[in-house]
Amino acid sequence: MRDFIRVSAVLLLLLALMACNAAPSPEPAATEGVGAGEATTTTETGSATAVSESSPTVPSSEGAQVAGGRLQAVQDRGELICGVHGSLPGFGIVDASGEYAGFDVDFCRAIAAAVLGDPEAVEFRPLTAQERFTAVQTGEVDVLSRNTTYTISRDTSVGLDFGPVTFYDGQGMMVRKDSGIESLEDMAGATICVQSGTTTELNLADSFRARSIEFTPVVFSDADPTREAYNSGQCDGFTTDRSGLVASQTQLTAPEDHKILPDTLSKEPLGPSVLQGDAQWADVITWVVYATIQAEEFGIDQSNLEEMLASEDPNIRRFLGAEGELGQGMGLSNDFVVQIIRGVGNYGEIYNRNLGPDTPFDLPRGQNSLFTEGGLLYSPPFR
Amino acid sequence: MAEVPLRRTQQSVPFWRDVKIIAILLQVLFVIVVLAVTIFLYTNMVEGLRRSNLLPNLSFLNQSASIAIGEGLPYTPSDTWRYAFLVGVVNTLRIAIVGVILATLLGLVVGISRLSNNWLLRNVAYTYIEIVRNIPLLVQLIFWATVAQNLPTVQNSINLGGLLHLTNRGVFLAWPRGSESMGSWVPWLYGALVAGVALFLWRRQMLARLDRPGAVLPLALLGVAVVALLGFVITWIMRGVAPLYLDVPLLDRFNFKGGTVLTSQFSTLLFGLVIYTASFISEIVRAGIQAVSKGQREAARALGLSDWQSLRLVVLPQALRIMIPPMTNQYLNLSKNSSLAFAIGYPDLFTIGSTINNQTGQIIPPILMIMGSYLTISLTTSLAMNLYNRRIQLHER
Repeated sequence: MRDFIRVSAVLLLLLALMACNAAPSPEPAATEGVGAGEATTTTETGSATAVSESSPTVPSSEGAQVAGGRLQAVQDRGELICGVHGSLPGFGIVDASGEYAGFDVDFCRAIAAAVLGDPEAVEFRPLTAQERFTAVQTGEVDVLSRNTTYTISRDTSVGLDFGPVTFYDGQGMMVRKDSGIESLEDMAGATICVQSGTTTELNLADSFRARSIEFTPVVFSDADPTREAYNSGQCDGFTTDRSGLVASQTQLTAPEDHKILPDTLSKEPLGPSVLQGDAQWADVITWVVYATIQAEEFGIDQSNLEEMLASEDPNIRRFLGAEGELGQGMGLSNDFVVQIIRGVGNYGEIYNRNLGPDTPFDLPRGQNSLFTEGGLLYSPPFR
Repeated sequence: MAEVPLRRTQQSVPFWRDVKIIAILLQVLFVIVVLAVTIFLYTNMVEGLRRSNLLPNLSFLNQSASIAIGEGLPYTPSDTWRYAFLVGVVNTLRIAIVGVILATLLGLVVGISRLSNNWLLRNVAYTYIEIVRNIPLLVQLIFWATVAQNLPTVQNSINLGGLLHLTNRGVFLAWPRGSESMGSWVPWLYGALVAGVALFLWRRQMLARLDRPGAVLPLALLGVAVVALLGFVITWIMRGVAPLYLDVPLLDRFNFKGGTVLTSQFSTLLFGLVIYTASFISEIVRAGIQAVSKGQREAARALGLSDWQSLRLVVLPQALRIMIPPMTNQYLNLSKNSSLAFAIGYPDLFTIGSTINNQTGQIIPPILMIMGSYLTISLTTSLAMNLYNRRIQLHER
């Protein structure tokens, strides 16, 4: 009799495992748990191990590609999960009050404002350069807004879809002023700190290969240790995007002892990205970014938004959703632009708040000005 | 009386209550469940990857890696990802092999010290073990990395007679290198090897013939050293140039040139792993020694052996048999823990594997490559240790 109870208990357990396996599980963690559990008890290590080990990377198709689209999933959840940097001042960092702040972070807020009507409905996930693509591929984050360079291989073989470029950058090199280095050609034999999993890492090797200069790389997988290694003198040079260098310089022990070389190693257009294969969600990201640019072009900002809402100009009326159904076309409310501007402001406001003259970085707009002012920012028409 | 229930059993137990059949059924069921889960997870994964257009594709292996790697085999960014990964594998092996040797030596010393009669020695060993093995390895590695970063810069190195420079970029060492007369010395080295093997065989045979205990290896090593040194001196006199010269590191514009270097990342990882693993090994050593029956030590003393002799000749050989299996675990731990290299910037196979994942977008192949490499390293270590274990076990007849 006792045996029978034991046997039926085992059977029940097995059935339970089968059940949670057969049911489409909304929690990727659940399938993982079962997979790992089975793998440890089975002797068929070959296939079982392979799957259980790879499943954390790709938990389940439900996790990566949401049925009904990512937009629907975000709206159902009531919160946007946004992958950000976490420790890069000006772009993505936790500020003194414990809130995420920065240029990339504000674009997350803009998307949340457009999709959910609330710029604060964002859950930020700080990611290293190494982790970020896996986080998108597995659907852990809805959107990646983490000073990520837009390249063809990332858009294709890495499986991302990029939104418009939010920041035109170029790779630079920081050195100590007393090192006597004036250009990259002076750096033969130098040790250079770089972060792995970045385009920077590739461009560094390419640039020095093109110039036939030998150098010793010190490669870290995270931004903070890379900067600290340079700060401590483990490296003669520190390379990343120019904006990143300016931001990192403020975190060094003696910022005034360092300078950024005039050489530009590469072009680095930075922008938000989402997982490939969800055109609707990619459209949302794309047009949220364009909305901030178009708003600046129209001269609409947080201070004059209410007046502009009463504007007679049909272009502005359509843009702000007073006329037409531009928002509904992609599953948003028609006043999504109003929500964005109310939440975070137009492109210029986002830029100035995080990188402008009132910040420690005081980065000139340069290429990141509207095309009407000689920059590269150009939004397709909202109609 | 006894036959009645027996007959009833034979007749009336239906198959679903027969314990034997239930056991078989359960096993079949278990296999089916495992297969179902596996197939479900696999198809699920493939489906997810297919939808994101990320199906595994091995063509990246032959593409140029274009990343810079700080140390290891000779490598340029134009080499392939396949070769870059190999550089990572070799870097892991460098750490694992050197680490295992050093951790064993340190663990042995600390483990024996832990049982010493000397109060200070015993308690230093005790404190070391208790502190080190109770702090997570990652924390320790980051601690050591911080210590290494705060060493002097290259320009202000801690200098030991110009032969060794301790800096925050690593330890720059003077290193012997072959000079132009190296070629004349090489035959002597072969000769030394032959002499060593010959001495070894001769001594072993002689000891066996006399039926006397004794060490074989020291004499053979002495023979090798004598012949090699003789050759060195003769080559020096004949050619006027020593076959080896000392390549001394000299400060160039940015770094030391010449000699050899143990990079800060390599040293930190090695140091951290050795310190950590040795604390566990020393406890294994202590346990092994204590497990040898007290009578053995007393008998050794009665024979007139000194403390050191009784430890070396009587206690340790017996303790070794107990120590090997748990020791294997520690060796495996050390090899696997070396993947924490990613936190301190050492280019091991895990770091380079994840970079492949990141730069090429391939998810499954690099992970399988990483897993396969660690599995191979671990199983090989295990196999070697098991063979050794079998050899030194008592053979009962």
